Amino acid sequence: MNMANKNDKSRRRFLQKLGIAGASTVAGSALLLQGCSDSNKASGNKVKVLTADNKLVEVDVAHLKPGDKIQDLKYLQKRGREGIPGKKFVMVVDLAKCKNARKCMKACQSAHQLKPEMHHLNVLEMEDPVKKTSYWMPKTCQHCDNPPCVSVCPVDATFKRQDGIVLIDNERCIGCRFCVAACPYSARTFNWTEPKNSDKMADVTYDMELNVPQKKGTVTKCAFSADQLRHGKLPYCVSACPNGVYYFGDQNEDLVTNGTTKKTVRLSHLLEENAAYTLMPELGTQPSVYYLPPRESEG
Amino acid sequence: MNETIAKGHLSEEQIDKDLLKNVNWGGKFKLWMGFLTVSLIICLYYYYQQLQNGLGVTGLHDYVSWGIYISNFVFFVATSLIGMLVSSVLGMMKVEWVRPVARIAELVALAFAMVAGLIIITDMGRPDRLLNVFIHGRVQSPIVWDIAVVVTYVVISGLLLYIPMLPDIALCRDKLNNVPKWQQKMYRSLSLGWNNTAKQFRLMNRYTRMLLILIIPIALSIHTVTSWLFAMTLRSGWDSPIFGPYFVSGAFVAGCAAVIIAMFFFRNNYKLKEYITADHFDRMGKLLVLVALVYVYFNINEIIVPGYKANTADAKHVHEMLYGHDSVMFWLVQLGGLVIPFLLILFKPMRKPLPLTIIAVVILAGAWFKRVLIVVPTQLAPYYPIQNVPEGWTGYSPTTPEVAITVASFILVVMIITVLAKLFPVVPIWEVKEDMNHKNNK
Repeated sequence: MNMANKNDKSRRRFLQKLGIAGASTVAGSALLLQGCSDSNKASGNKVKVLTADNKLVEVDVAHLKPGDKIQDLKYLQKRGREGIPGKKFVMVVDLAKCKNARKCMKACQSAHQLKPEMHHLNVLEMEDPVKKTSYWMPKTCQHCDNPPCVSVCPVDATFKRQDGIVLIDNERCIGCRFCVAACPYSARTFNWTEPKNSDKMADVTYDMELNVPQKKGTVTKCAFSADQLRHGKLPYCVSACPNGVYYFGDQNEDLVTNGTTKKTVRLSHLLEENAAYTLMPELGTQPSVYYLPPRESEG
Repeated sequence: MNETIAKGHLSEEQIDKDLLKNVNWGGKFKLWMGFLTVSLIICLYYYYQQLQNGLGVTGLHDYVSWGIYISNFVFFVATSLIGMLVSSVLGMMKVEWVRPVARIAELVALAFAMVAGLIIITDMGRPDRLLNVFIHGRVQSPIVWDIAVVVTYVVISGLLLYIPMLPDIALCRDKLNNVPKWQQKMYRSLSLGWNNTAKQFRLMNRYTRMLLILIIPIALSIHTVTSWLFAMTLRSGWDSPIFGPYFVSGAFVAGCAAVIIAMFFFRNNYKLKEYITADHFDRMGKLLVLVALVYVYFNINEIIVPGYKANTADAKHVHEMLYGHDSVMFWLVQLGGLVIPFLLILFKPMRKPLPLTIIAVVILAGAWFKRVLIVVPTQLAPYYPIQNVPEGWTGYSPTTPEVAITVASFILVVMIITVLAKLFPVVPIWEVKEDMNHKNNK
């Protein structure tokens, strides 16, 4: 997986702020940040953005306007369902390295506009019943290849994409919470009340790859930061980790990149050499998240 | 020997008079409906709150995301199954004593099935998107199966109430001259030109028989599919292959109790002692013993099999039930709401109308809490620990709006039964007459 360079980073931060991250930068897309009209006062705050013909240009923040909203939503919905061709995303979590810094949780909650009690990613304190020790275990959606949540959804609001990511379309979700009941990993959370910042997010076009804006009465969960992956970047949690816990990459390429060290390693070697396992493989869900066991000394 | 139809001494005119006299809109009815309407409006205010503020007004959270709404839904579907048992299974076996109470069973079935559908809507986070189920419905989801069978069951139950009632509707049309115009008109159109010809009876019997057969698989499916909402998941406590028959057997217990209560109510308020006799209660009591025994058997299976093997998750679940967090409710429901009542009904004096009705109320309440025990504890024992969430999320207690909305569903059932029992005779008049003539000719 390609690493984010400096330009990418500054661009990302800005777009995160705008909350239209995926929408505004995609190359070759129908949607555009429309024109820089001179009547607007320049703020002096410049950012780099990608244009539709894949050119990197620098524009003033004050000159940015989101494109046509309805078209954007349609486009985003279609893109969100299709996924990224040729990819099969996987995550590897090295439990031996997790020190419960919780930077991943923070990054996740801020990217997805989650209230403090809502977790796409939850760092759990797990007891080892045999050794009587405990270890920290970040738990995300497992993006199962045989996802029980997808089977039970009555309206196809949650679905599995060609790149292995399980997403939710909160424009379609009816809020029956059958998926919440069906998920053995308790990976899903629900907008029981009006979501955080809902008034500020009211005009933001919904991007299911980010699942923002959140909507009251719908389910939400980890999306493997599909919006980031589209730009060749690592998920929010992965790049936020200070301890090198997370690797993320493409199973088809057999390569994963550590979010902290940015080192890219061969997936199959990493899994083999470290006795990797998946959560409750006996259930037959076939998770896309692998765990490397916690080290005894650090237990 | 049939003592239940102990009315050989009654003339046809007397029967008409006795059974039609409830078809009126008296002051008592208006008072009762007024009370129900006011209560319903109060409850609906809470639903309005829920619509405004989201499901957050309930005690539900990410770890118990199905609470008393879903438990109540399961209870309603369960109770509605009795129509099938009484009118179809017993009816087709030519069990004569059920004939006068079969319509009451159908009323109970129809009312509970209709409201069950509404309860599901109150549990939805986005009821405004209900149509998505039809626009985007996917057949592999048990919810879609459930909607399909519940709707079918409501339709067939409605027909099963309606078609055998044709002669009685015609009687209402002919005899009730002092009812409002719209009501006379309604009888006229609903009676489909019925005039008691042999051909009409032949047709009616044929269609009724068809429906009686049809309703058996559909009734079995609605409750089996409802059980599958749980059994199709990988959660311990739900992940059980006997959930279908377990639910169906429990359904008959709840349904029998509900019918006994309704029988008692109609017998006393409508002065139907000659028609719904002590013997009916005795026999319903015996039926209740039978279905309760079957249910006890399934309950034993549900606890002993996973408890004996005690794999990690199941052991935890069974332990919580028997001695832990849920044990008080568990033993109250199992002993107080099932075992003790059914042991009591073994004694004949306990099958008299009043004691049996009291026992039925206890059983019905137990049946309701039993559904909560099926739905909630499993969710409180997930495979991964409940952490980094508000303290209350390790438990579940329903809030006032949640309780009020649940009460609303019961009010609706009572309203539906009340109105139908005021529009039509609750005891099938033509069948009572037929039985009587049959007996007199012997």
